[in-house]
Amino acid sequence: MTKFLLPLGVFLVIAVFLGVGLTLNPREVPSPLIDKPAPGFTLAQLHAPEKSVTLEDLRGQVWLLNVWASWCTPCLEEHPYFVELARTGEVPIFGLNYKDRREAALQWLARHGDPYRLTVQDGDGRVGIDYGVYGVPETFVIDAQGIIRYKHVGPVNREVLEERILPLVRELQS
Amino acid sequence: MKGAIVSWLVACLLAGGYPLATGADRDPALEARVTRLASELRCLVCQNQSLAESNADLAIDLKNQVREMAKAGKSDAEIREYMVARYGDFVLYKPPLKATTALLWAGPFLLLLAAAGGAAVYVRRRHKRVAESGLTPEQHARAEALLGSDRSGR
Repeated sequence: MTKFLLPLGVFLVIAVFLGVGLTLNPREVPSPLIDKPAPGFTLAQLHAPEKSVTLEDLRGQVWLLNVWASWCTPCLEEHPYFVELARTGEVPIFGLNYKDRREAALQWLARHGDPYRLTVQDGDGRVGIDYGVYGVPETFVIDAQGIIRYKHVGPVNREVLEERILPLVRELQS
Repeated sequence: MKGAIVSWLVACLLAGGYPLATGADRDPALEARVTRLASELRCLVCQNQSLAESNADLAIDLKNQVREMAKAGKSDAEIREYMVARYGDFVLYKPPLKATTALLWAGPFLLLLAAAGGAAVYVRRRHKRVAESGLTPEQHARAEALLGSDRSGR
């Protein structure tokens, strides 16, 4: 009897490890930017390219930074949630238009709705690199002091929005 | 006249094509360094490829970033630090030794130790079993007697 106990134990340990491994998403790389100051930027506004926006302009409020592009298909998936959220006015959403053409981006917003308080253009993806962007869409929660509090890679869905992002936003706002 | 135009066109083509074809503006030593660094960094879009191997958009951007930093005289450590600050230790194919990665580094040695310990226990037990299966003096005498009677009876 004990002869089988040891292999069984080893098997169970391996099974648990492999099982945990299967449930992890390898695309979710923990960002080193969490709880660090958001990287500074000076970028042109999408709607008014002659005007620029810096990170300092956004200080003093809790805000969402949504990295999107008109060529990004999963962005379409999450977009309705942002449009809906913008309507409630609970938290301002700022868009970072990542490696996109301006006309294409404007057309996309005209077609699918514009939930962004303001969108800035990151044509060469330089600011994207500073924010560690590797899979558009990405969404950051940034607090009033300009600290990155949360990062979501991939399309946001109702669950992520209502169970992760909004509770955190409320906590930071209070 | 016609010949002159043709040769002028050919000259234009050659002049235009030459730097493109050879990448003459690139310094080979710098390129070698960029390639070496890029092969140590993971592409986050296609995670089983290094930056050097990958042709993903982001990988090309990051390679250009490495090239720019190398050109600006940054050290290898500075370039690696730049990537880690943005993408975490995950970008390094060789993770640093830290509390969170200690198990990763020590794991193979722990497994080796456990296997060696298991083997030692097994060998010792086996040794004991073989020794225990030896005969008591009485059994030995009896066996001897039986063998002896067998031998004499033949």
